[in-house]
Amino acid sequence: MCLGVPGKVLEVNDMTALVDFWGVRKQVLLHTVDSPVAPGDYVLVHVGFAIRRIPTGQIEETLAFYETLLRTAEEDLMAADVQEEMGAGEET
Amino acid sequence: MTSKASERLEFRDPKQVQAFQRALEHLCADLKTPISIMHVCGSHEQSIARFGLRSLLPPNLQVIMGPGCPVCVTDMPEVDEAVYLAEQGVILATFGDMFRVPGTVKSLAEAKAEGADVRIVYSPWEALQIARKAEREVVFFATGFETTAVATAAVILSGPPPNLSVLSAHKYIPPVMEIVAEMPQTRIQGFLAAGHAATITGWKIFERFVERHGIPVVVGGFEPLDILSALVQLVELIRRGERRVVNAYPRCVTPEGNRNAQRLLWEVFQTESGVWRGIAYVPNGNLRLRPTYAWADARARFQIRLSEWLHDAPPRLTQECLCGNIMAGIATPYDCRLFGKECVPESPVGACMVSSEGTCRIWYEYGGHVKGPTP
Ligand code: SF4
Ligand code: SF4
Repeated sequence: MCLGVPGKVLEVNDMTALVDFWGVRKQVLLHTVDSPVAPGDYVLVHVGFAIRRIPTGQIEETLAFYETLLRTAEEDLMAADVQEEMGAGEET
Repeated sequence: MTSKASERLEFRDPKQVQAFQRALEHLCADLKTPISIMHVCGSHEQSIARFGLRSLLPPNLQVIMGPGCPVCVTDMPEVDEAVYLAEQGVILATFGDMFRVPGTVKSLAEAKAEGADVRIVYSPWEALQIARKAEREVVFFATGFETTAVATAAVILSGPPPNLSVLSAHKYIPPVMEIVAEMPQTRIQGFLAAGHAATITGWKIFERFVERHGIPVVVGGFEPLDILSALVQLVELIRRGERRVVNAYPRCVTPEGNRNAQRLLWEVFQTESGVWRGIAYVPNGNLRLRPTYAWADARARFQIRLSEWLHDAPPRLTQECLCGNIMAGIATPYDCRLFGKECVPESPVGACMVSSEGTCRIWYEYGGHVKGPTP
């Protein structure tokens, strides 16, 4: 319930964005984001809400961590948390 | 190492990990007394345990987990309020983590087994969607720190249907750091502050804390390299007696934080004093709805008569739970008689065994401090 997960913005529609998390696409809410986002940006998402636009150039390191987690995903608490956070966005 | 996780330990950059490890060894080699660092973040603990980071630390550097898990610190009466409302016939929506947390009488899971309508949601937004479709009252039992409270605030400000209300058990981290820093038993010399909460509040918020307590704070991310690099910086500050805040997670944390999110948060919520389960009475540690939003506040909309309801509650094993001491950093799960015996993830006695960010749960899954006593 407490992690943020980074994802890539594909489309922006007023207060929602279509975000890609490693192939899983979700509608994410933008009410809470710190600065305007556009397609191609990365955002940190928590409980279905974007809380930070991650500056370009710093995204690689952020993604690497989650990739490590998801690669060894079976029965891992932290991977489960990441997946739960990804589950929080609305299905498209 | 004992933990099953260690077998698939995988670092992004093992060389850098080694470099940090050597730096820590070097920094701690000539210390006269051991150093204790506290982090206040369940995700930090998960990462530390999962990647076996404690085994990389010099023996005189201790990293302990403080009250960093919002599920664990949700006070039992708050769970009781949720169970009470669920039994009155509302649709009670909450995060999966809260589902099996024991209340005084029962958990929400037990209430559901007896027929209450309890729904697990991933997002406060889902609670709003449920309310749109339902005819009945929907109560969102809202837990989590300021990071999560921001989302709850956004939902309340988005014009929700009138049958949605919020039972807030949201907590605010900065005040509890003050409490833990003052506990004589803990003797914390440095704080590793949590990245995602600081994404909202910004790192400057810790400056007053540093001034008041003379304890340095480093804001860190969750990946093993982030944590190790934050520890190196924290030990350096401690050695030099420097009292300041360092931001070791600049890709997510700025000095001022997320202004937009802060605006939503403080528009809807105000701080109130209250108990964090097991820890203490924390002045200004709870986030509660402002009177302007009483229309969305389950506590204002429903009469919650806990004392009558709790009248004949039988005593439960929970009384022996040491979660409080564990979260204050003065005990480990191995000190608890129930750990791994009566208390396991399938039938948790205390909140710390329920949540995926609880110390007992994490130690149960991954094994704990390799240098610590074995059960
Ligand atoms: S809410 Fe954020 S800071 Fe707190 S434990 Fe969870 S991830 Fe860490
Ligand atoms: S093992 Fe269970 S009962 Fe013991 S402290 Fe942890 S959660 Fe509480």
